[in-house]
Amino acid sequence: MSAVPVLSVDSLSVEFRTRSGIVKALENVSFAVNKGEMVAIVGESGSGKSVTAFTVMGILDAAGRVTRGTATFGGLDLLQAPEAALRDIRGREMSMIFQNPRVALNPIRRVGDQIADVLLQHGNVTRREAPKRAIEMLQKVRIPDPERRARAYPFELSGGMCQRIMIAIALACSPKMLIADEPTTGLDVTTQAAIMDLIAELGKDQGMATLLITHDLGMAAEYCDHIVVMHAGHIVEAAPTAELFAHPRHPYTAKLIAATPKPTVSLMDLAAIPGNLPDLRAAEIAPCRYSARCERKQTRCDQALPQVLGDVKNSVVACWNPL
Amino acid sequence: MLRLIGKRLVGALPSVIGVLIVTFLLTRALPGDPAAFFAGPAATPQAIEEVRRALGLDKTLPEQFVVYLKDLARGDLGNSIATGQPVLTEIRTRLPASLELTLYGLLVSVLIAVPLGVLAATRPGSWIDHLCRVMTTAGVSLPAFFTGLLLVYVLYYRLGWAPAPLGRLDIFYSAPPHVTGLYTIDALLAGDGATFRAACAQLLLPVTALAIFTLAPLARMTRAAMLEVLGSDFIRTARASGLPKGKIVYAYAFRNAMLPVVTTLGMVFSFLLGANVLVEKVFSWPGIGTFAIEALISSDYAPIQGFVLTMALLYVALNLAIDILYIVIDPRVGFES
Repeated sequence: MSAVPVLSVDSLSVEFRTRSGIVKALENVSFAVNKGEMVAIVGESGSGKSVTAFTVMGILDAAGRVTRGTATFGGLDLLQAPEAALRDIRGREMSMIFQNPRVALNPIRRVGDQIADVLLQHGNVTRREAPKRAIEMLQKVRIPDPERRARAYPFELSGGMCQRIMIAIALACSPKMLIADEPTTGLDVTTQAAIMDLIAELGKDQGMATLLITHDLGMAAEYCDHIVVMHAGHIVEAAPTAELFAHPRHPYTAKLIAATPKPTVSLMDLAAIPGNLPDLRAAEIAPCRYSARCERKQTRCDQALPQVLGDVKNSVVACWNPL
Repeated sequence: MLRLIGKRLVGALPSVIGVLIVTFLLTRALPGDPAAFFAGPAATPQAIEEVRRALGLDKTLPEQFVVYLKDLARGDLGNSIATGQPVLTEIRTRLPASLELTLYGLLVSVLIAVPLGVLAATRPGSWIDHLCRVMTTAGVSLPAFFTGLLLVYVLYYRLGWAPAPLGRLDIFYSAPPHVTGLYTIDALLAGDGATFRAACAQLLLPVTALAIFTLAPLARMTRAAMLEVLGSDFIRTARASGLPKGKIVYAYAFRNAMLPVVTTLGMVFSFLLGANVLVEKVFSWPGIGTFAIEALISSDYAPIQGFVLTMALLYVALNLAIDILYIVIDPRVGFES
């Protein structure tokens, strides 16, 4: 792995101001993504996966506020950079694809034009070349009959097709980094695999760093080199994929793995994780946000959370009583 | 597209027929006896009967309806009993007067309300957002005739900047040759700059009054629609693609927000056409609203029927125009049918 990661997030904390108080959505989140590597952030709904991605992209909701930390990309701290600089990076050096592709595309603009918009904004193409380049991109994401499809509107295409369009938009300017926020949500299973294969393959071709955000641990295991497990705005464990599955050290990770369907285990035997995410609006949240659900809780779990480095390189677990 | 328009036109036929029947019956159900009214207070019962026979009101309702339809088929809307003029002639001169007022009122209103709504939505909480809120509140709480009176009082009576609120043209000018019936356009077509300016001067105050009134729903709808679209997923995609704010707001958000705005525009327009009677009264505007009200008061059947029929046809045309606008704006429209 190269010495300098493409994206390195360090001690990131984000709050949301809401009517019912301040929500501490992220606390002390740190991870890095290297060139050509695919890293997954996994966790259940509300664990802060998407907030992490949105913060890095600088498209956080107006109510959200970064209270601490840095996100370094190409020597630039994205959290401090002026909007104009970020706009130049977004879509050109760092792109994002979203869940529910059918609503993530402009419903009343031809998909070819939507790809061309991004190309024209960043890609040094002339107005005349743009449509041709858009069709090339459609070809690249393996859309059959690209000339005709470029003239289609999103409502005329299937969900999987729309996600391919999203990928074409995201990769149009050959970015160094791709953030895929649950890219397969809302697609059927065979389409999911096709979309993930496409992302993985195009990422490998371009030597792109990819951050995959998913709740599907099985998918993360299949495609990613490194997995970051989040729970209630904390990173509870991060490790290389093989290591994480072979030796999960955080109790939550172990539960997650046990809750993931496998061909050998019947659905009846799948373990549900007891309890819910804690209320992040509370003034006093336990240092370990998992402690209320944890079977291995000890008295010292009330102390500030440790960052225990694992035995393997690049692995870390935030637990007083790891497995 | 043409097939779609044809379909909508055919679809409007039943409503036009319905309007014919309902207005015919409703005017007959009005209280008051037109025969007695026009015979005068001193008329003998015999004289009243004579008037009734002359008006054809002694026949049964179905017979009267058949006569009405026959006349209509010949393009004859009957004569106004009060003025003796054919209703068609009256409508032909008065409808353009109302249309001119309404169209300019709406045009001014749209030119102010839509940018105001867009700016308010893109800068929530800013001074322009507050301005938008104040203007919409003021717009709905001040009836157009009141704003009209206020404008007349200040700009004509007090300051003398505006001409007397007496109709479509100052008495020193004569109407331009009839082409569209809209004086401003006819004057321009005739190359008559002085008449054009005079017509504009007369339009200034009533158009302002109408614009202030219609501004409220349009600005509010534009703001709400823009806010909703700006919060949608595809705007997030556009932002994540690094598109500049101008492109996002106008090429992506605005076109999507247009749909509810166009709907509101159609509603406001149809509402205005019939409802600006009071503004017409204040400015002595020889419009169709005044005409209909006067006919209604004197139970003058033919003008009322003519008015309602004209309005119904106008609404059909208006809805068609809005449907076409939808098709132009939104590619999804028209595929369901």
